[in-house]
Formats: sequence, structure tokens, C-alpha cells
Amino acid sequence: MAEPLLTIDRLVKRFGGLTATDHLSLEVMPGEVHAVIGPNGAGKTTLIAQIAGELRADAGEIRFAGEDITRLPAPARSHRGLARSFQVTSLFADMTVEDNVALAVQAHDGHSFRFLADARRDARLRDPARAVLARVGLAERGQVRAAALSHGEQRQLEIALALATRPRLLLLDEPMAGMGAEESARMIERLRGIKSQVTIVLVEHDMDAVFALADRITVLVYGRAIATGRPDEIRRNAQVREAYLGDEQAAS
Amino acid sequence: MKSLDARGWTALALILLLVAVPPLARTFDQNFYLLLFTRVVIMTTAAISLNLILGYGGMVSFGHAMYVGIGAYAVGISSFHGLNDGWAQMALAMAVAAVAALAIGAMSLRTKGVYFIMITLAFAQMIYFVAVGLSRYGGDDGLTVKRRSDFGLFGLKDPAVLYYVALAVMLAALWLSWRMVNSRFGLVLRGAKSNDRRMAAIGFATYRYRLAGFVVAGTMCAVAGVLLANFSDFVSPATMHWTRSGDLIVMVVLGGMGSLFGPLFGTVAFLLLEEVLSGITEAWQIIFGPLLLALVLYARGGIDGLLAKRTERGDG
Ligand SMILES: Nc1ncnc2c1ncn2[C@@H]1O[C@H](COP(=O)(O)OP(=O)(O)OP(=O)(O)O)[C@@H](O)[C@H]1O
Ligand SMILES: [Mg+2]
Repeated sequence: MAEPLLTIDRLVKRFGGLTATDHLSLEVMPGEVHAVIGPNGAGKTTLIAQIAGELRADAGEIRFAGEDITRLPAPARSHRGLARSFQVTSLFADMTVEDNVALAVQAHDGHSFRFLADARRDARLRDPARAVLARVGLAERGQVRAAALSHGEQRQLEIALALATRPRLLLLDEPMAGMGAEESARMIERLRGIKSQVTIVLVEHDMDAVFALADRITVLVYGRAIATGRPDEIRRNAQVREAYLGDEQAAS
Repeated sequence: MKSLDARGWTALALILLLVAVPPLARTFDQNFYLLLFTRVVIMTTAAISLNLILGYGGMVSFGHAMYVGIGAYAVGISSFHGLNDGWAQMALAMAVAAVAALAIGAMSLRTKGVYFIMITLAFAQMIYFVAVGLSRYGGDDGLTVKRRSDFGLFGLKDPAVLYYVALAVMLAALWLSWRMVNSRFGLVLRGAKSNDRRMAAIGFATYRYRLAGFVVAGTMCAVAGVLLANFSDFVSPATMHWTRSGDLIVMVVLGGMGSLFGPLFGTVAFLLLEEVLSGITEAWQIIFGPLLLALVLYARGGIDGLLAKRTERGDG
């Protein structure tokens, strides 16, 4: 089998007395959708933040594409090909949708010490931005302020911002958070379209989404990975059922 | 070209009025207004520079008057030593301001929020006391500028010439800030203000861009200082007193932070109100304070926001 794209090796993150990431090891293979599931407070978001470089791990190692990135700051990791979306929507609220995405394109188009030329008429930024918006279904909404979008649309823009950096690994932190059933279903379809082009780590509570998209699943409880496997293996795993999937599902 | 909205019309009318100030003042024999508007135009340049970092970049620098002071002292000190070449003075002012902004920004931009405000204030106070300590150049009492800057093609002795030079500088600053806030650089500044965490996630290390913005703003502001020294024929530490920095912030906030014409609206309103109210009563600040508070509370976008109410979106 190929080299893993992302290797997490005995990662530890403590918040005071709480160990949010507890000697966690995990491998993400190129091309797969690797879902990370677990109850509230299991440390999923904390894990994403460490992979993206927002939080510094206390111990352990993160390797990406064969390179140790444990100490790299977030912007440098973005340039290595990592991108994340946020569980709690985090956009440039006062800018238009297109400006949002164009800024993400700009971050990967050389330096930004360009003081005079109008960035809004820069085809090198605008064309890719529009293409990404079309991919996530926001093509018609480019000139709307991000704050004025519906919740569902904001979630789409979340993903657009990550995609616009043309990542090799996409870290999605609950992309369906707060979405209705119909919106979720559409989001699943979109992610299905994206998954052929980029490796994905998917944190999600929505089990329909997880089982529909994931090639492999890691179950996180109290910062520890208690199981990793294919969806059918995870579904059958007794420990997982007890810890996470709950009694009703275990009974059925 | 897009059709103008209320704020565009107001700005245009205001600029046309500014162009007409010297002939109007002469016709009605009101030299006083020429002087008042010279100050307006000079301080607008300073406010435009502050708006770049405060309005667009979200950096609440509480020491911006320091750069006015640096520009003014560059004129004062060099003319004290017999150097009156305006270009050289300008270059000196901008170079010193740029170095000061680079050093101060490099340290203060590592902090956020209240800490940033306090650190920029602290540095400005330091420079203020340095100026107070310059006994050779008048110390606390300041220093008279015996000869105004000489730019070869023109001098600044004639009040109307000084006015038009100051107006040209103001318009240039306005143009530059318009280009800049819509450039790639400007969008990074705005992004850093809006959501620095997301900026990091999409790959921007914003520190050096914010630092560059800080330096550009300080350098631009020093030009206002050069003009101010010529206008008042005098420089003193009072120019960079922290209350002057506060005034600049008020001008920007009053006009509307992060809007192109906000600093113009704000400075005009501030200085005219000050003039009118101080004519009515000594304690004019008692009226001015609540007035400001009301505007900030009820019109969050300042004067520019009030004008823009009718026409949604589309700034800068
Ligand atoms: N900055 C922080 N400081 C202190 N504790 C934190 C911090 N961030 C997270 N925690 C704690 O770490 C644990 C893991 O939090 P995390 O947000 O990673 O969980 P999660 O699996 O993403 O949960 P959810 O499903 O609710 O999103 C929680 O107990 C949380 O309270
Ligand atoms: Mg979470």
C-alpha cells in the first residue's frame, strides 16, 4: 500500500487537567475519506486544530506528505496543502461571497504586496473564485455579503474557502452542522463530488453522511482512538456501539 | 462609471467647495476661513492615513499624532539648522516616520486589542517626552519655524499656495488610499481585521502585511506634519500629545471607519464643530462629547454610514 498522506503519531494535547488528545495515532491514506466520529467533547475539533496548525500539540508528531509539520504555523501548513473548515462558521462576514473566496485564492497566488492594482478586477483571482463557487452551488450568490447568506449557504461557503486553496488534504469539521435533512443530503452529494479530487478528514455527527462518504472511520472517545476500520467493521464493533453509537442502534 | 450615491455626492461637493475656498475667502475678505480650511485639509490627510490601519486594518493605534509630530519636527529642526529645502525635509520626515513605524509596529503588532492600544500609546508618549527633552529645540516651549519649506518651483509662504499644496496632498492621499484598500494588499488588511483566524487557515501570515500597513500609514501621516509645521510656523511637543492622537481617532470614527471618504467627513465635522462650539462657550467639549457619543451610538458607520443608509453596500 502507498505511503499515508497524513500520519499522526501519539499526539497529546492538554487543557489544564483535561487531556483533549490522548496519545492519538492515526493514518490517512491518499484519496480516502477518513471520518472521525465521537461523542461531544471527544476532542475532534481539537484534533483538527492541531492538524491545521492552529493549536500546538504538547507531544507527539504530525507528518504530512512525508514531512514533519508538527511545529509549522497554520499559514505554512496551508501552503503545504492542508485546508480546514470550521465547525462554527468562520467567514469574512462583511465581505461579499466572491471576495471571501478570492481572498483564499489570493493566499496561494504569490505575495500580496501589490498596492495599486484593483484586486476585484484581477482575473487570476476572480476566475478561480467563481469556479469554486460554482462547485459548491453558490454561483449565483457571489455579490451577496457573507453575513447575509442563509445558514446552509454559509456552510457551503465554509467549504468553498477551504477548496479555493486547492488542498491535498481537506479537514472538514462538521460540515453539516445545523443543517436540515434536505440541505444535508445535498451537501453529501457535493462532498461525494469533491472526494474524487482530494483526500478528506471528515468530522461529522451525522451518521448518514459518515456512512455514505467514509472509506474508513476512526472513533474518538476522551481523546483516544478506540477503533479504526471500514464502515461495516465500525458498525459491528461492540466497543464502539457501547461508547458511541448508543443502545438503540446496538439493539437494532 | 457608476452613478454616485449620497455619500459620493457629498464628497464631491465637499471637494469642489475645498477647491473654491481661497477665491471665496478672498472675495469675502475672510482670511480666517482660508486658515481654518488649511488646517482641515492637513488634518484630513492625517486622518486618511489613520483610517488605513484603524478603519481598514482594525489596528487601534493610539499614538498616531506622533507621526504628525515627527513630520513637524523634521521641518522645525532642519530649518533651525538652515536647511529649508522642502523635498529634503519631506524625505527626512517620511524616512524617520517610516523607521519609527517599523520599530513600533514590529513590537506592538504582536499584541492585540487593549494591549495594542496601550503599547502604541506608550511609544508615542516616549517620543513626546523625547521632544520635551530637546532643550536645544525649545523643549516644552517648542520651536519657531523661521522660514517655510522651499520646494524650488514653489514656496509655501503664500497662504493660498500652502492651501493648494495641502489640498493636492490630501487628494493624493485619498487616491492612494482608494487604490490601496481595493488592492491585494488592502484586501489582506481587511481580511485580517475581519477574521484573522480564517486568514491563517487559508494561508496568510498577516503580521507582515499589517506591519507594512502600519508603516505606510505612519509615513503618510508625517507628510501632514510637514505641512502643519509650515502652516503654524511653529512646532512643539503639543502636536504629538496623546489627546491629539485621540482627536485623530475621533475624526476617523466620526467620519466612518473603513470608508473612503470617512476621514474627510469626520475631519471637516470635527474641526468645524470645534470652531463653532468653542465660539459659543469655553466649555465646548461638554457639548461636543455627548454629540459624538450620540453619533457613535446611533450611527455606527459614522457620517459616511448615515449618508450610505439609503444606498446599500459598495464601499471604496
Ligand atoms: N481552548 C480550550 N481550552 C480548554 N478546554 C478546551 C479548549 N478547547 C476544547 N476544550 C475541551 O477539550 C475537550 C474536547 O473539545 P473538542 O471541541 O475538541 O470536542 P469535539 O469532539 O469537537 O466536540 P463537539 O462534538 O461538541 O464538537 C472538551 O472537553 C472541551 O471542553
Ligand atoms: Mg467539535
